[in-house]
This record gives sequence, structure tokens and C-alpha cells, in this order.
Amino acid sequence: MSDETPPVEIPSVDITVDGETVAARPGELLIDACERTGTYIPRFCHHSRLEPVGMCRMCLVEVDTGRGPALQPSCMLPCTPGMVVDTESERTRKAQDGVLEFLLVNHPLDCPVCDKGGECPLQDQTMAFGPGESRFVEEKRHFEKPIPVNENVHLDRERCILCDRCTRFAGEVAGDQLIHFMDRGGQTQVNTFPEQPFASYFSGNTVQICPVGALTAAPYRFKARPWDLEEVESTSTLDSVGSRISVQSSRDRVLRFQGVDADAVNWGWLSDKERFVFEAYDHADRLATPMLRGDALGNRAPDGDALVAAPWSEALGVAADALSAAPADRLAVLGGARLTNESQYAWAKLAKGVFGTDHVDAQLGDGLPAEVVLGLPRATIDRACTPGGTIVLLGPDPKEELGALFLRLRHAVVHDGATLVELTPRRTGLSAHAAHSLRVLPGGAADAVSAMFGGGSPAGAAGLSAEALAAAGATIAAAVAEGRPVTVLVGRPSLAEAAGPVVDAALALHDHLPEAAFLSLLRRGNVHGALDMGLAPGLLPGRVTLADASGVSSVWPTVPTDRGHDAIGILEAAAAGEVDVLVLLGADVLADVPDRDLAERALANAGTVVAVDLFGTPTVARADVVLPAAAPTEVDGTFTNLEGRVSVVARKVTAPGTARPDWAIAVELADRLGTDLGFGSVDDVLAELAAVSPIHAGITPEALAASVREGVLVEGRTALARPDRTEVPVNDAYGLRLVADRSMYDVGVLVAHSPSLAGLAPGAVAGFEPSDLSRHGLAEGEVVDLIADRGTVQVAVASDPGVARGTVHLRVNQADVDAGRLIDASAPVTGIRVGRR
Amino acid sequence: MTGAYVPHAAGYVDNGGPKVVSSRFVHEDSYTLERSLATGGYEGLRAALARPPADVHAEVRDATLLGRGGAGFPAGVKWGFCPEGVWPRYLVVNGDESEPGTYKDRLLMERDPHQLIEGCLITCYALGLSQCFLYVRGEMALGQERIAAALNEAYAAGYVGRNVLGTDFSVDVTLHWGAGAYIVGEETALIESLEGNRGMPRLKPPYFPAAIGLYGQPTIVNNVETLANVPWILANGAEAYKRMGSETSPGTRLFAVSGHVKRPGVYEVEQGVTTFRDLFYGDGFCQGIRDGHELKMFIPGGGSAPWFFAEHLDLPLEAKEVGAAGSMLGSGAIVVMDETTDAVKACHRMVRFFARESCGKCSPCREGTSWEEKILARILDGHGRPSDIDLLLDVGDNISPGPYPVASHPDEGLDAVPFPPRQTTICPLGPSSVAPITSTIRRFRHEFEAKITRGDGIPVSAAPSGGEAGS
Repeated sequence: MSDETPPVEIPSVDITVDGETVAARPGELLIDACERTGTYIPRFCHHSRLEPVGMCRMCLVEVDTGRGPALQPSCMLPCTPGMVVDTESERTRKAQDGVLEFLLVNHPLDCPVCDKGGECPLQDQTMAFGPGESRFVEEKRHFEKPIPVNENVHLDRERCILCDRCTRFAGEVAGDQLIHFMDRGGQTQVNTFPEQPFASYFSGNTVQICPVGALTAAPYRFKARPWDLEEVESTSTLDSVGSRISVQSSRDRVLRFQGVDADAVNWGWLSDKERFVFEAYDHADRLATPMLRGDALGNRAPDGDALVAAPWSEALGVAADALSAAPADRLAVLGGARLTNESQYAWAKLAKGVFGTDHVDAQLGDGLPAEVVLGLPRATIDRACTPGGTIVLLGPDPKEELGALFLRLRHAVVHDGATLVELTPRRTGLSAHAAHSLRVLPGGAADAVSAMFGGGSPAGAAGLSAEALAAAGATIAAAVAEGRPVTVLVGRPSLAEAAGPVVDAALALHDHLPEAAFLSLLRRGNVHGALDMGLAPGLLPGRVTLADASGVSSVWPTVPTDRGHDAIGILEAAAAGEVDVLVLLGADVLADVPDRDLAERALANAGTVVAVDLFGTPTVARADVVLPAAAPTEVDGTFTNLEGRVSVVARKVTAPGTARPDWAIAVELADRLGTDLGFGSVDDVLAELAAVSPIHAGITPEALAASVREGVLVEGRTALARPDRTEVPVNDAYGLRLVADRSMYDVGVLVAHSPSLAGLAPGAVAGFEPSDLSRHGLAEGEVVDLIADRGTVQVAVASDPGVARGTVHLRVNQADVDAGRLIDASAPVTGIRVGRR
Repeated sequence: MTGAYVPHAAGYVDNGGPKVVSSRFVHEDSYTLERSLATGGYEGLRAALARPPADVHAEVRDATLLGRGGAGFPAGVKWGFCPEGVWPRYLVVNGDESEPGTYKDRLLMERDPHQLIEGCLITCYALGLSQCFLYVRGEMALGQERIAAALNEAYAAGYVGRNVLGTDFSVDVTLHWGAGAYIVGEETALIESLEGNRGMPRLKPPYFPAAIGLYGQPTIVNNVETLANVPWILANGAEAYKRMGSETSPGTRLFAVSGHVKRPGVYEVEQGVTTFRDLFYGDGFCQGIRDGHELKMFIPGGGSAPWFFAEHLDLPLEAKEVGAAGSMLGSGAIVVMDETTDAVKACHRMVRFFARESCGKCSPCREGTSWEEKILARILDGHGRPSDIDLLLDVGDNISPGPYPVASHPDEGLDAVPFPPRQTTICPLGPSSVAPITSTIRRFRHEFEAKITRGDGIPVSAAPSGGEAGS
């Protein structure tokens, strides 16, 4: 926090509210100024993250701006000097009572059976100020109730008070204007158009901001009453944005997640995946007891083809025996992005400090080298979203992978004048708003960057004109010249393209734009915590390399000296029979490693496989020892998001069966191996981390408690590694390159175990640029073979104008079509030929 | 001189008075460029183009051309409201004439589209605009057709488009068809509709069209009749214009009279000179109430205006005096009702219109207007309660708080409440629904009471019903 700017004197505007002078901020809306200074004006349509519309008229107050008092909607009125406001005058009261009565005349008053009852602003207002009896004796407006507007959101139009919050959210924030006002007058309603459901990744937010019970989320309908809920503020660990959430439970079961408005992070919004994933944690399929190999009758059998329940002591014993028998360089630990920082630290200490192996990687071959992520100058979300700033996207589609970040980015570009330059192989959810949206061939991004800044030919960026590239470069250069911040979002745009070409492009951008900061788009859960805790080859906790072991050497029994394998290296070693014990920390390698063949061979040829996991995934099914772990709603700890922001993860419910936190499993295992890790609680781990890490000294329970909403930003860089430039083979005129990326919904273990989300996976089709389609003589819907060196898959063809010419697009992790069969992790790009059937 | 209907201009009566905007209506082919040019068409434009734009603006301002859409704001002043240095700006013509009883803009669009186009061109020239949108009500198919044809002629003849009449001035006029909503006659709703959104009004402030209008740019919105006056002013000068009408309301106006008069129709009338009595009873005008009947009440300025009665007949047709008397001239639609009219039914008919046309955006209008309609329907169905009269007034008060504009009631010794009403709503549609209620209850309370036959204690559903209660 070295570059903290001194606080700027903000001029204030003096206004009079109910006889008292209060200082409003210039341009602040009257309703906000009043609330900030202690006078709450009732409202339904006003929402601080949405454009004001002044529709519900509940916030009418008498305002005198020098021309006599008049009723004005305080949600539309910016404070001006000398404004005199009366929120309690007779005329104000009459107007507000009148509006409340209007809102109630057609409201069904079915509070006793309404999920919103107990937390409903309309109910609260009515209880506080409403009339005891209705003057409305006519028949109320009737609609079919409730109608589903998509798979998870139900709409009861009778309850709706037409505040425009959901419809504004859909258009303004999510950009999915699929719900609208329809009809008019007393028949006005919110609805979807026929055959066009509210298919938005963000639909759940409308439920949260609905001021009445008109929009309800299917997973919560009729599950609890608000007064029976207990809640705790926590962090979503689903993806690396680390959205702030409120975890709400009743009778030891989590019933819903609600977004919490953290100004620096998610602004209260959640993707539906973040919102509804709690169902998976509560799923009956959760692992509740350790398991060992056994036979079909449930008897222990070391070579049995089934898993049988075993007590912890036995399972830990088997694992410890295998671990103590193996030499350090034949031990490997994969995964750990699911874990809290504390659990990651405990496992890093166990693996590196006790086992002494550096074959440790939390990424599964789908990320970027840790030294690059930690070595580039780091950006925050706020910096990336600076009004008037410039954003360069060199990575996956944030809409598909990091939903809450997408909403922030979209706001910056659509509403705050940020300029977006895209270097992606396929159109993204932001392309419609991009100043320059350039389609880059897999492997071609570094060439494209060079061409943008006037060096080299755009050979690798085939299909892109030098002019288009130069124009994008000029846009960025102009921003730099004017001192506007440039932020590069860097991640793996395609899992069929190795990390190398992306790293080359990122480093080229860094060289051309030394002022630019980088925001990592690595997606998986707490992956940035894992990198910070040293769950990466060559790294130790605190973003330091093995060479700088001074921090940990005094408290760790040992420290590896030589850099170990990364995930792909570990799997290759395992496949070659060089790994005696492979520990999988929530790593479903058969699903998550891009190279399916390599993952299969590694599991087949590894010695003992110890899996610590939540679910019996196909990977877990092949493990020798299975240890059940506690889910994020069941553990205390901290989380590090993609900015390096550390925030609190809070336990709300108890884990199923005997599942326990990952850090506790590490402590137990160390104990079996004769080492005391020294941790009796999460706070012990945090205290040791603060002591050994050069950058985590400020991460104390007190500091986290003091900044519970925004978290604490951890800053510090590793020395930037510069891997050798990856040579990308020239694409021949007939070949195609595979672009394999993730979509929001897939058949991953968490989505598959969330009933609300499981049906939403779109499935896989092979997307061809329309001219490629005709060049290959293919028809839409035709099933073809996609043939790579590694394997062949059969898939239906689709025309997709969003993909680059010369590429085939395929979603990974979809049912029926396994894109991983095509990908060779050792190749920089994946060439594809099309075979007619 | 008694005047006569002009057969091809349905409803227009040529009363022989001074004519500014209806001078060509007598010609059967008045909508063609040929006829227009033969009768002085585009002379105003030529005169304007010969002068600097600021002069043209000043000429219109000097003429005190009052807006004819309803509010009666001086057009020349309105034109000066755009913030400096913000470009582009737009001219939007409000041809979404749909106030109950109003049909004068329709005639202007059907009978003399070139006059309107010329007015647009002069306005654009005066203000330095290069894009004009002509928004025509969806139901006015003939008007749309005539304007489209006229635009084609005008483009071909070089009056519209690039380098108008060989000058540096270029302008495009785009015709846009409405989709059928009364509320789109409100200027901000019209702009929303023009942008392709649902026609719902925006809040003023901050969305004053002159500052933040179409596509967020400064926008001048003028009524069809207002712009139709502009060519005459440029051709003949502001002084000549001001010689007609009264000092505060110069020029002429079109009034569309309907209802129980012998000769309903559109009349071009000198403002401030002619009275309601002249208009209703004059030989050149409506020629009196239909046979054997007497005037009971009349709406002086469209469905949104509070109602007038016999004692207001001698008021001149002039905005200021009508406003002070508790109503408005509004859109120039006058509805005359004789003594056979049931005040409650007439009130219900008018309220029902507003309830159905409420856009649904703000709660008081959306819920309030349909509630008023339901109460009135219930009273008419014989299910009224004594408390309903006060309820109607109080619901109205929650839409339009404070004393509502209303005409004086000499018998009761009540003074007029001057126009305009206050509102808890975004736009004046909701408050408009209160006008018929306060007007009729204040004057004809006994008619309401006569229809209310039931005490308050009886639930509506329990009462034997002849009709469908509350539907």
C-alpha cells in the first residue's frame, strides 16, 4: 500500500433535512444523502447499483429549492446547496401513504405463504405505516401464479409492484434484456417474450433485489422463513473473483447464498453458479467417511475394484505408510485450489516442508506459470474498471468463467467509458462493447501484440489486417500517452493452446506497456491463494522462490532445493511410473486436466493415489485412499481472490459424516509421519503464515475483522520469470486449430451436484466460422470426426460467426463430447482435421 | 357568412375567417407539392434561407408562437433552451395526436403535409439542425401516407436533403410511425418510443428534452400545428402574425369541436377574440347545441382539461384566461355535452380512457387511474357506497395532491382553482384522470348520490347484482 494517495478534500453541499443541516456530497442523490446521514426515506424502485428511474414514487418528499416546497422523488434529485427537505411533513406523509396504498390495492397480501414474508420491504412499510384496512373493495388483478421465467426463477405477477429493478438489472447490468414490461395501465406486467426465457447467467440477482416476493428462486421456494434463518458473511470460493456472500442456513443446512455488496469486488451481484452452488455442498453424494480399496462385498482388499468405508485411523495409516515408504522425489501433490488459504498453507508445509517434495501444483495444466502470474505487476478489479481506463483482454470469456467480474467489466465498458481491446480466439460476452475485438488464432497472440505496436508481421494473427492491429495498438498507446490506466486481463483463452503462447503475449504486452498492470483470469476457486501459499513448483508461501527460503526455514523441517514438476510434469512422471504416491487435493484430473489421455495414463501408473475430496468423482473412484473433506460452508478460514485480496470464509454448517477440514487432514497425516505441524486451529495457521511470509504480515484475524467486507489486499511480486518463447507451428491452409474453452455450466462435479444448475450445460458442438463451414463442405447439424494427433471425437457441426477463421470451437467438460481426448498437453496448439462420416 | 364543411377535408369547416394553417384545405389536391407551390408553399423557407439563422429564430420568437400541443409554451423561447456546444441536436415533431376529442393535427398532416415539412425545415435552419424526426401516430394511416409521399416529392425537388435549394443547409427528415399509445404524445415518452423503447415518460428533471433528449442529445419537440404556423410567420413576418389574435396569444388556432353541437368540426379561430359562445353558437361556427337541448357542460381543451359550464361561455379562447378560470385550452379539443348527458357516465368514460392508456410506469397513475375507473364502474352498476365520493376525491388527491384545478361554482360560492395541477406522478397523465372526477363531483354531486343506493356496511360480493360487480 505504498502508493496510497493522500485523502482528497471532497467539497460538500449543505442541505437541510427535517430542520437539521447535513453535508451531502456534490451530485449525491437526496435519498442517499439522507440515508447516509441517518434519515431513511422509504423506497422500492431505488437501488444504489442501478440507474434511478423514479417509478414507485414511494420516496416522494417535500423539497424546497427556493421556489416553494414541492413533492419530489428523492431518488432522482441530486442535492443542491440550500435545499430544504421535509421528510415528515403532512404532505410528504399523505403522498407516501397514498403511494403505499396504491401499491397494495392489487397486491395479493398473501404474506403468510410468501417466501419474502419477513424480509419484505413492502410488508415492512405496510406494517410500519400502512392503513389497518383496505379501502379497495374491488376484485384484484389476477395473473397465473407463479410462472417460471427460466429454470430457476419464478415470477408471481400478482405480487409484483413493477419497480423495474429486475428489468433494469437485466438490461443495464447483465445485458440480457430478456424480461420486459408488457401491456399497460393496470394490466402492466413483467414477463418474457414467448420462446425467449430469461436465460441469463445472472438471473438470480433479480430475486435478491426484488422488493417483494414476485421473483423467487426455485431452490429456496417454501424452504424456510426468514426469521428462521441464521446467516454469516463469507466469500464465494466457486471462482477466483471471491464474491462476498451471505451464507444463510436453517437447522444446519445451507438454504441460500445472497450476494453482499463489496464495493471493491462484486457489488452485491453473483452469477447463478455462485448463487446456487450451495446445493452441491448439501448434496447427499458428499463423501462422509474415508474409503479404502475393497471388494464388492465391502471387505478391505488392496487391489479390489471398489471403495469401502474405513475409519479415519485406518485410512490415514494406509496413506502414511505409502508416504513414508516413498522417496521425496517420487511424491507429488496435485490440486488444492478448492482449499482455504490456511488449508493450502498446511498442505504446502506438509508437502514441501515435511515430505520435502517440490512436485506440487495447484493448477492442473489449465493455468499459467506461477512465476508469471505473481511476477507481472498486479491490478485490482477497481483499477481494471477505472472510468475511462483501457482494458486489454488476453484470455477466456469472463462471462463464461468469472461471472461477477464480467458484470464489473461490463459496467466499466458500457457505463463508465472504459475502452476494451480484445485479443481472443472467439467472441466474448463483452465483444459487442469492445473498441477493438480482434480474433486471434491459437498461438498467434504474441505475434498480434508485436504487430499492434509496430513490430513484426501479424503472421500468427492470420486473418487480422495489419491496420486493425495497428488501430488497436494506437488506442492503447493513446491511453498510455494520456496517463489513463491500462489493465491486461490475462488467462488461458483456450485449453487446446498451451500456456506458452499466452505467456509470450503477456510478456510482450508488459514489454511494450511497462505501465500496464495485469489481472489474472485463472478461474479455479482459491487458485491465487494456492500460488501465494506455495502450492506451485518452485515457490514458497509469500510469493517467494525456493532460493529465498529464509522465511520458512526456521519453522519447516525441510525445504526442497530443486524446482519440481508442474502439473503436466507430475502427470507425465506418474504416467512413466515415477510417482509412488500421488496426493490429489480436490483435483479431478480426469475432468480438469485438458489432456485426457495423459490423466488416464498417470492415474493408471501412479503408485498409491490419495484423494482428498468432497465427492466421489471418476478420479476419486480410482484412488487407493479417499479422505473426505469439509466444504467451504463448513470451514473457517480465508480466501485469496484474483487481485490478491484476502477475505474471510466462514463456517455455517457442520460437515457431513466425519469429513474434516483439509488443514486438519494435513495435520493428522503429518502426525502419522512423526511431525507436528504445530496447528491446532485455523488461527494458528494464519499466525505462522504471517510470521513466515514477507507479504502476509498484515493478515491477522483483527485486520480481517476490521475489513470484513472488502478484505485485505496482499501486494508483492515474485521475480518475473521469462520462459523461452514457445515456437508455434505454422498453420497449413487446410488445417484448423482447436479452441477449447469452458462455459459457465458444464458437467463439472459442483454443477453436476447442484440440481438447479445441472440441466443448464449447453452440450458441445463444433463451431466453425461460416466460411470455413462452406470451405469444408459441411452442413450445420452434420456429425463429423474431429481428428487430432491425440485422438478423435464425433460431434455435430454448427456455424458460429464468433470464432476466428481457421479454428474449430469446442466447449470442454460437456456431456457426450470429450474435448480432452483431442488435446496433447505437450503441444503448443492442437491441430484438427475434419473427417466426414 | 355561415361557412361550410369542406367535403374532402373531413370535419373541416371553412368559416371564412383569417387563415394561417388551413388556407390550402379548400383545395382537393392540397397535399401535393404542385398545389403547395402554386399557393405559396416553401416561400417561407426561401425567405428564411435568405436570412441568417439567428434572424429566423428571432422572427419566430417575436411572433410569440405558443405551442399548440397543450402546454402553450412559446416555441421561440423553447428553441433557445439547448445547452451551448452540445451536438448533435434533433428536432422531433410530435404528431402523436391522441387526446380524446382532438383531431386537428390529423387534418394538418393529411391535408397539408408540405406546410408541416416546410415548418420543420425552417426550424432546423434556424437552429442549425440537420436531422428531424416526424413522429406520426400509428393509427393515422392516411397522414403517414401523405407525409411519406410529400417527403418523397420534397426530396426529389431539392427542398429536403443535401444542400436545400442550392444553399449550404442540409437536413434530413425521417418519418416514424407510432405503435398506438396515447402516452407517447408526452414528449419524453415520444422520445423513448422513437429510440425503440417502450413508450414511457422520463422524469423531468433531469430529462428535459432540450437538455437530455433523443439519444441523450438536446432535442426540440414541437407539435404539428406549432410548426405548421412557422412558414406563414416567415413568409409574412412576425408583425403580421401578431396583428391576429390577442396580445398574449397571437395568431390563430385550430379547435376541434365535438359533441352535442349542430356542426362539430375543426375551425381555425383567432385566439383571444372569439369566445366559447361564439364558437358554439356562431353561425360561421357550430351553430348551437343540437335541436331542443341546452348546454350542460363542456371540456375546453381535451380530455385532460377540467370541465366548464354555461357561465364560462363568454371566456375568450385564450390560454391565460382559461387557465385562470380553472382549466386549459390544451390541445384545442372541445367536447360539448347537453343536458341529456349523464355526468357520472361521462366522467367514467373519460377516466376509463386514462386508466387504459396509463403506461404503467409509476404507481399512482397505474394503480390510481384503474382504481378510479373501478369505483366509477361500480357506482354505475348500482353498487356504489356513500363513502365512494370522498374515496374518489381522495384517490385523486393521492395522484394530484392539493386543490385540483377546477372551474368556479357560483351557486356554491366556490372560486376557481387555476391550472395546472400538482402531481405525485412522473407525467400529467395520472392527474388528467382527476379532472373529470373533480369537475363532475363538484358540480353534479347529486347525480352521483342518486346512483348510490347502498349503505357502506354491505359487502359488494354479498349484494344481489344485476351486473358483474367490480369487473
